[in-house]
Amino acid sequence: MTNVVIQMALYCLILVGLAIPLGAYIGKVMNGEHVFLSRILVPVENGIYKVLKVDKKEDMHWRKYAACVGVFSVISLGVLWLILCIQKVLPLNPEGIGGTSWHLGFNTAASFVTNTNWQAYSGESTLSYFSQMIGLNFQNFVSAAVGIVVLFALIRGFIRVKQKGIGNFYTDMVRTVVYVLLPLSLIVSVCIASQGVPQTFRAYDEVDLVEPVVVENEDGSTTEVTKGVVPLGPAASQIAIKQLGTNGGGFYGNNSAHPLENPNPFTNLLEMIAILLIPVALCFTFGRNVKDKRQGRAIFLAMFIMLAAALAVIGYNEQKGTPQIEQSGVVYTGAEDQAGGNMEGKETRFGIATSATWAGFTTAASNGSVNSMHDSYTPIGGLVPMLLMMLGEVVFGGTGCGLYGMLGFAIMTVFIAGLMVGRTPEYLCKKIEPFEMKMAVLVCLATPVAILAGSGIAALLPATADSLNNPGAHGLSEVLYAYSSAGGNNGSAFAGFNANTPFLNVSIGLVMLFVRFVPMFATLAIAGHMAAKKKVAVSAGTLPTHNAMFIFLLIVIVLLIGALSFFPALSLGPIAEYFQMTV
Amino acid sequence: MKTIKSVIPRVAGFFVIMLVLTSVIYPLAVTGISQLFFKEQANGSIIEGADGKKYGSAFLAQQFTGNEYLWGRIMNVDTGTYSNDKGEALMYAGASNKSPAGEELQQMIAERVERIQEAHPDKAGEPIPVDLVTCSGSGLDPDISPAAARYQAGRIAETRGISEEEVLEVIEKYTKGRFLGVFGEPAVNVLKVNLALDGLLS
Repeated sequence: MTNVVIQMALYCLILVGLAIPLGAYIGKVMNGEHVFLSRILVPVENGIYKVLKVDKKEDMHWRKYAACVGVFSVISLGVLWLILCIQKVLPLNPEGIGGTSWHLGFNTAASFVTNTNWQAYSGESTLSYFSQMIGLNFQNFVSAAVGIVVLFALIRGFIRVKQKGIGNFYTDMVRTVVYVLLPLSLIVSVCIASQGVPQTFRAYDEVDLVEPVVVENEDGSTTEVTKGVVPLGPAASQIAIKQLGTNGGGFYGNNSAHPLENPNPFTNLLEMIAILLIPVALCFTFGRNVKDKRQGRAIFLAMFIMLAAALAVIGYNEQKGTPQIEQSGVVYTGAEDQAGGNMEGKETRFGIATSATWAGFTTAASNGSVNSMHDSYTPIGGLVPMLLMMLGEVVFGGTGCGLYGMLGFAIMTVFIAGLMVGRTPEYLCKKIEPFEMKMAVLVCLATPVAILAGSGIAALLPATADSLNNPGAHGLSEVLYAYSSAGGNNGSAFAGFNANTPFLNVSIGLVMLFVRFVPMFATLAIAGHMAAKKKVAVSAGTLPTHNAMFIFLLIVIVLLIGALSFFPALSLGPIAEYFQMTV
Repeated sequence: MKTIKSVIPRVAGFFVIMLVLTSVIYPLAVTGISQLFFKEQANGSIIEGADGKKYGSAFLAQQFTGNEYLWGRIMNVDTGTYSNDKGEALMYAGASNKSPAGEELQQMIAERVERIQEAHPDKAGEPIPVDLVTCSGSGLDPDISPAAARYQAGRIAETRGISEEEVLEVIEKYTKGRFLGVFGEPAVNVLKVNLALDGLLS
């Protein structure tokens, strides 16, 4: 266990150590202040405005901002859906892979446009290089950026006084992509390519197996397979941004567990820190840009406490393993010269500590990439990632959207606390009134409603049973995990579950669109209304939103809404499996 | 509605510019840099023998069942998905996604235990390292833990008629420690050990 604790602690330390300076940098960039990359990037930025005839001083009303976000996302969905369905006739397809079905195309397009990156497809066998590079890679950048720009619109809503505008969609998007996402992706992609992640346009390579594999055919005869395939492609560039943008859709089907996607503990360190880097940094950016760093720290701490608790539970349960693997001591699951514990679905080079940390990071953030198979986690070890998604992806969550989701909960918290002591709720010196509350409820409840309705309907349909990879309680967990993943815009999976059926593709696709855009437009509405309000002075009656009391209340509200909604469902899935395991 | 219509042309233009920047210029730049400086790594890390034969990617597992070879993780071999121009099936593999608390995996592991115990009479009574009886996350895990590698040294030595020390030496040579001594886990590259034992690796 010591090994697990040390590795987890160091990973968190590195993460926060890098996120604090990045937070300050992003804050400056989004305000248009001078940063060290300005000299190179200002001409690029201005060039883009010039071509598009964008007036960078324009301050948009929230409705116009929302219209830009909406139109951009609809175009994205349509173009990506089309690319996937007709990839056979498009270039960069050395393997001659055919187009996807209409429903898989819809699901994948919805999934990438909503920053979910649920994989009903398997990259190397289903998608061409064109689909990956032009289709998915592009959405990895812009869906992440859309989340971030909406957050900044909300931040402006808090700090502006009696103003109509909440910022400029174009300058926000360009700055996010050009100053933040592209430079970080460039660093990460070159580093991981140097370690063995492919970055090429060549066709898949073919190698001679040292020992041929003998396969038994249906008629009893045997075939000898003497060659193996090495799937290649422009992987490194896409993997970097899928980690940084909390996207998570793997270049390869098995995501970052695949040795070509994540060859060693060094690439793993880079890819894993990249999962949470921007979401954590944004907490500090938030404090800086609302001109009260304590507010950012309070939100950060509330999130971090939940993350640390999650890591501890996952790490403990995975290292402990299960009686089914241990076979009464015939199998050695101790940690001498091996990782030990529950190694089913985990890679040797990552072992327990690194796999468990990733599982916590990726479901806390709405990333959803995996470096081990969550379907093969112990019942409680697999429950925690599921719960993190069910909380609505607010424990850091997706880039931007995690934090604005959490701010929805903060508004809810000041409202409930205000009710308890009989005072008008305020947040960051702005009065919270019925309109903001209604919108905050939409932000907070979209996820639980979508997950419970979706998985409930799916569980009732007899055809869903054919998609399961495990029987009994674990089977229900597979369904629940799928809709939690979609409902949290996460994208990780209990991957044994075959989600590539028309019903599942369409219903999961709709859930993803619902939980992405309902809270997003609600947040923009809050931003617009907040910006128009006057500031109220801090008085003795104001509930401080930066102290330990507030952090505690915020965590309680998040758990209250998230966890209690799901307790009945969880007890039929992972909790039931846990008790079956131990008898 | 009017607002929506009014923004369409510029948003569409913006879509195109961003597409070129992030999905054409950026990946091409990374490809250029990688092909220039890390050609081998960026092309799949293929291990080529002296005869020019490609023995595999250093990162992708192959299945070994012969007594003269080091065995890796349990593989879920897939020969149905990929084939070459000549129509020959190509080997690949995937994860099991089995629940570690289920009866199905329990039985599968019990069978694997039996097979492994049979092949290692010199290890009678010793528990089997967990890596040897479980499937990895990718199904293509190129490594095995040092404990699982050493467990097999006696069998490999006996089959090949060499000393156990020699086998252990080769295993040691292809073991990679933790990154910076802390991160990840020590791992033995199975393919490289076997190629070295066969004398195919310089």
